[in-house]
Amino acid sequence: MTMLEVKSVTKRFGNLVAVRDVSLTVQPGELRAIIGPNGAGKTTFFNLISGLFSPTAGTIHFDGRDVTHLKAEKRVTLGMARTFQITEIFPELTVFENIRIGTEVAAGFRLRPWLSHAEQAEVAKRIEAMLALTGLEAKATRLVGELAHGDQRAAEIAMALTLRPRLLLLDEPTAGMGDQETYDIAQLIRRLHRDSSFTIVLIEHDMRVVFNLADRITVLDQGSVLAEGTPDEIAGNETVQAAYLGKAA
Amino acid sequence: MKRAEGTLKLLALVAIWAAMLAAPYWMPLVGGYTALGTRVLVLGLAAMSVNFLLGFTGVLSFGHAAYFGLGAYGAGFCLKFLAPSTPLSLLCGMLLGGIAGALLGALIVRRRGVYFAMVTIAFGQVFYYIAFRWSSVTGGDDGLRGFSRQPIDLGLFSFDILSNATYFYYFVLVCFALITAVMAFILRSPFGRTMIAIRENERRARFLGIPVERHIWIAFTLSCFFMGFAGALYALTNNFADPRGLHYSQSGDFVMMAVMGGMRTFWGPLLGAAVFVVLQDYLSSITINWMSFVGMLFVAVVLLFPRGLLGVIGGRAKA
Repeated sequence: MTMLEVKSVTKRFGNLVAVRDVSLTVQPGELRAIIGPNGAGKTTFFNLISGLFSPTAGTIHFDGRDVTHLKAEKRVTLGMARTFQITEIFPELTVFENIRIGTEVAAGFRLRPWLSHAEQAEVAKRIEAMLALTGLEAKATRLVGELAHGDQRAAEIAMALTLRPRLLLLDEPTAGMGDQETYDIAQLIRRLHRDSSFTIVLIEHDMRVVFNLADRITVLDQGSVLAEGTPDEIAGNETVQAAYLGKAA
Repeated sequence: MKRAEGTLKLLALVAIWAAMLAAPYWMPLVGGYTALGTRVLVLGLAAMSVNFLLGFTGVLSFGHAAYFGLGAYGAGFCLKFLAPSTPLSLLCGMLLGGIAGALLGALIVRRRGVYFAMVTIAFGQVFYYIAFRWSSVTGGDDGLRGFSRQPIDLGLFSFDILSNATYFYYFVLVCFALITAVMAFILRSPFGRTMIAIRENERRARFLGIPVERHIWIAFTLSCFFMGFAGALYALTNNFADPRGLHYSQSGDFVMMAVMGGMRTFWGPLLGAAVFVVLQDYLSSITINWMSFVGMLFVAVVLLFPRGLLGVIGGRAKA
C-alpha cells in the first residue's frame, strides 16, 4: 500500500501554470525530499497535497483514499500534517499551550466543554512526551513568539507531531537558520524518520540536509518533474546538475 | 513569578466582585445611583458578549445589537402576550437572540474581516427596519411598551424587583454572574482553546484539523445567546424595548466599550461599559453633544493604550 500517490496534477493560476503534470509516489516509512530552484512550484505542489487548494487536473490519493478535493482540515484528520515555509504558530501563547491545542484536537476533544481527570492526565503526558522529543522542555512556559527562530520551527514541528500524522509534510524546515540550528532540526528529522518511522516529505534548499536525510529525491523545475531517484542517482544526473546543482554549487 | 501573577489575578477578581456586590452602598457616596450600576452591568454583559467573539475568536461583528435588540423584544413579547414571568421573559429573549444568531451565523461564517463586519451590519439593519416598520406588533418608532418586570417569587420569599431598585440591582447581578461564569467556563475548555487558536492563527488552526468555520459559527451562536440574554435584561431594566437597540450604531457602542476596556481581557469590556455609561450619564446632563467627548476619550485610549484600559494593567491576555 502506498502512502501518497499523486497522479499527473496540474495547477493553473490564470495563465500561469505553477505545477504541470506532476506525479509522485511515496511509500510508508519513506523520507522524500523535493528540491528545485526558486519558483519551481515546490510550495504550490505542497499546497495541493495538503489541501490549501485543489488541483486544476489530476488526482491525489492518501493511504488509498481519494483526497483530491477534500478540505484541508479533513486531510489533517486522516493523518496528514504539515509545516509552512513561514512558521505558522500561535505566537502569543506559550509553547505548552501551543502543543496542548494540537494534542486536544488530535485526541478528539475539540468540542468538549470539559475533560475528566484521566483525560487531563493523558493530555499532560502526551504534551510532556512531545516537549521531550523536540527538546523544548526547558522552554515550555515561554511565549512561542519570543523564542529563537530555530525553536519556533521545532515548536511548529511539535504541533504537527501532536496530530500523530502518518504523513508529515515539512516545507523548508531549515529555512533561515544558522549552522547549529540546521543541524539540530536535521537531527530531529532523522530521529523522527529512523526511530519513529514517520513517513516524511520535505522541501529543502540545504543540500547537505537533503543528501544526508533523504531516501529518494524528486527534482522540480518550472513546475515539472526533472528527475527522481536516490541521492546517488540525483547527484550523478547531468540534467539536474545543469539545471540546478551546477548553479547552486 | 508565576505564583505572584496568580495571586494578583485572584486579588483583582475579589476586588471586582466586592465592588459589584457593594455597589448600591458606595455608589451614592460618589454621586452615583443604583440604577446607574444596573445599566453598567447590563451593557457590560452585552459588551462582554461581543468580546467573547471579538477578543477570544478574533472575529469582529458590527451587528450584534440586532441580537441584543431581539433579546429585548423577546422579553417584552413574553411579558406582554405570553405570561407575566420574569425568568420566562429572560429565557424567551435569550432564545430569540440566540436562534436568530445561529441561523444568520451559518450564512456569514465564511466571510472574514471587513466583509464579515459588513454582512453583520446588513443583517442587523434588516432586524432594525423590521422593528421600526412593523408598528402593529413592535410599536414601531415608539418602541414596545405596556409590560413590566414581575416580582421574583421563591416560595418563602418574594422580591419586588419592580419598585425596589436595590433588589433589581442584585437580581441583575445574579444573572450577570451566571452568564459570565458560563463564558469563563467555555473559555477555559478545550473548545475555548480552539477559539483562541483561531484568533491567534487561523491557518495553523485549520492545519491542526480544526474545522474553522464550524467553530466560528459555534462561537458566534453562543455570543448571540449571551447577547439576547443581555438584551432581555435591558428590556426588564427599562420596561421598554426600543428599535434603536437594534441599530448598528448601538453595535458600534458595544464594540467601543470592548475595545476601550481591553478586548484581550475578560473583564475589560465591563470596565469599558462602566466608563461609557458613567460618562454618558454625567455629560448628557451638561451637553447634548456628549458623544463627541466619549469619542475623543475613545480615540485617546486607542492611541495611548492600544490594549485598552485593562490591557495596560493586565499585561498579556491569559486565556
